[in-house]
Amino acid sequence: MTKSVPAFPEIETKGGIWRFPADQPLRLDSGAEFAPLEMAYQTYGVLNDARSNAILVCHALTGDQHMASTHPVTGKPGWWNRVVGPGLPLDPDRYFIICANVLGGCMGSSGPASINPQTDEVYGLSFPMITIGDMARAQAMLIRALGIDTLFAVVGASMGGMQVLQWAADFPERVFSAVCIGAAPRHSAQNIAFHEVGRQAIMADPDWRGGAYVQAGVRPEKGLAVARMAAHITYLSETALQRKFGRELQSDGLSWGFNADFQVESYLRHQGASFVDRFDANSYLYITRALDYFDLASEHDGVLAKAFQRARDVRFCVLSFSSDWLYATSESRDIVRALNAAGCRASFAEIQTDKGHDAIFLEEPALDSALRGFMASAAERRGLK
Amino acid sequence: MSLVREDFREIIRLVAPGSRVLDVGCGEGELLEMLTREKQIDGQGLEISSAGVSACLARGLAVVQGDGDRDLDQFPSNAFDYAILSKTLQQMRDPRHVLSELLRIADQAVVSVPNFGHWRVRWALLARGRMPETKALPDPWWATANIHLCTLHDFIALCDDLDVRIEACAALSEGQPARSINPKHPIENWRAETALFLLSRRTLKDV
Repeated sequence: MTKSVPAFPEIETKGGIWRFPADQPLRLDSGAEFAPLEMAYQTYGVLNDARSNAILVCHALTGDQHMASTHPVTGKPGWWNRVVGPGLPLDPDRYFIICANVLGGCMGSSGPASINPQTDEVYGLSFPMITIGDMARAQAMLIRALGIDTLFAVVGASMGGMQVLQWAADFPERVFSAVCIGAAPRHSAQNIAFHEVGRQAIMADPDWRGGAYVQAGVRPEKGLAVARMAAHITYLSETALQRKFGRELQSDGLSWGFNADFQVESYLRHQGASFVDRFDANSYLYITRALDYFDLASEHDGVLAKAFQRARDVRFCVLSFSSDWLYATSESRDIVRALNAAGCRASFAEIQTDKGHDAIFLEEPALDSALRGFMASAAERRGLK
Repeated sequence: MSLVREDFREIIRLVAPGSRVLDVGCGEGELLEMLTREKQIDGQGLEISSAGVSACLARGLAVVQGDGDRDLDQFPSNAFDYAILSKTLQQMRDPRHVLSELLRIADQAVVSVPNFGHWRVRWALLARGRMPETKALPDPWWATANIHLCTLHDFIALCDDLDVRIEACAALSEGQPARSINPKHPIENWRAETALFLLSRRTLKDV
């Protein structure tokens, strides 16, 4: 019997769902209060006696808390196995690393697919509208509940990077260092436009049923798959797409029909089809909306630097990817400009790669070494062994 | 034998312990690392090349990828005690603006420039009628990055014009220890191959 050897060793992980009592509601940016809040999370490593080695990793739009351990639904390895592990930049032998499913998500934290205890029914569209700020506030409640006053680091990429910025703006006294990778301080018109295509695809699916598909025992799989396909294009650079697929065909010759003749079609269809197995359509609507609403400067008189005025003691690292057109380098530069203007201590590097936004999750040694260097020096300043 | 660049040695001597330092064009961060180790400074680098930035991050230095010509405006006024610009002012598109920016950002600037008035440079032009290629200016005219060369006296005139005070000046030559000089002395405009200046604002205006 042959046994396949995983590329990364399985790391010990603990986790669960933190259920906040109804009298500890989450205050939402919309003005509403949400209770009872549930936050699903995984942890790696051990919290030290001084409680000074905790790192919160914030996941991206379709990510979840299973960052460095096998995904319970798909059976696939964690989405950041390349970064989190012994000897890697985020080392569980050294740090206590927490990753929580985002508010509005569908992997155990409160979201539109959760059961509303007041009605014993799935929330669906009765789930309140949420923001990136709400996501950070929910994480802050969880971190406090876990007995941690100050995080050694908040680390995130893409939407996770936006949560990192929100943490620095809203809870600077609870953050020692912050790493924001491939993100932006606001959603652009183009970002919103792509998300709107995805949402319309979901809502145009007859099985969406006005958001009440769970009650009807169906799922808008086709719409969600199309949303994922459209979004996935934005994660890849044109160069990467061309290199990977070119005009290669699936089989010899054209079908003279609408089958997936081209390999790129087949790839996207696979991306769409496998996504619906692990993601909830309403969650996708809520989280993309939260991203569209994100504009950190707008909460600070339109001046981004003001968002970071209280964060002068936080050590920042901002990283972008040269071929990322979803959240381009210019967006990261705006963040760095604002940090400098606010007098914050910031590092910034543009990683040269042709892999696009997806480089976050791919083999990118320059990203690893930048992250490793930054974390090591921050740890030294923090007095961590 | 010490392999430390003589200009670095002199800069380390000039910088006060525990100060905040911005190194414009910090390369791979050697100077910032030495300043951190020997003077316990709080350093920040600005570097245009990806390789340089990666090396700085690996060293644990705070570094921003950017261009000295374009990206100094993002730093607030008086954010640093020192702004260092070593051997690159003559490569800037607008050296006058860069110099005034350095002294807006920091209380003091440490700037080194190759002296186009050096006797070897004058000799190359006078005797051979060719653009000089010296130790301080090693590249042929068609390959050099130096687009705004000046003599020691030109630089002093620019400082006067910008109300910049020269606090100290040292002449640097490869392989020789730095030599403290009076830059206004006519002989130094012949003798100094490269000059390193410690500069400050003549009038400390409130911002």
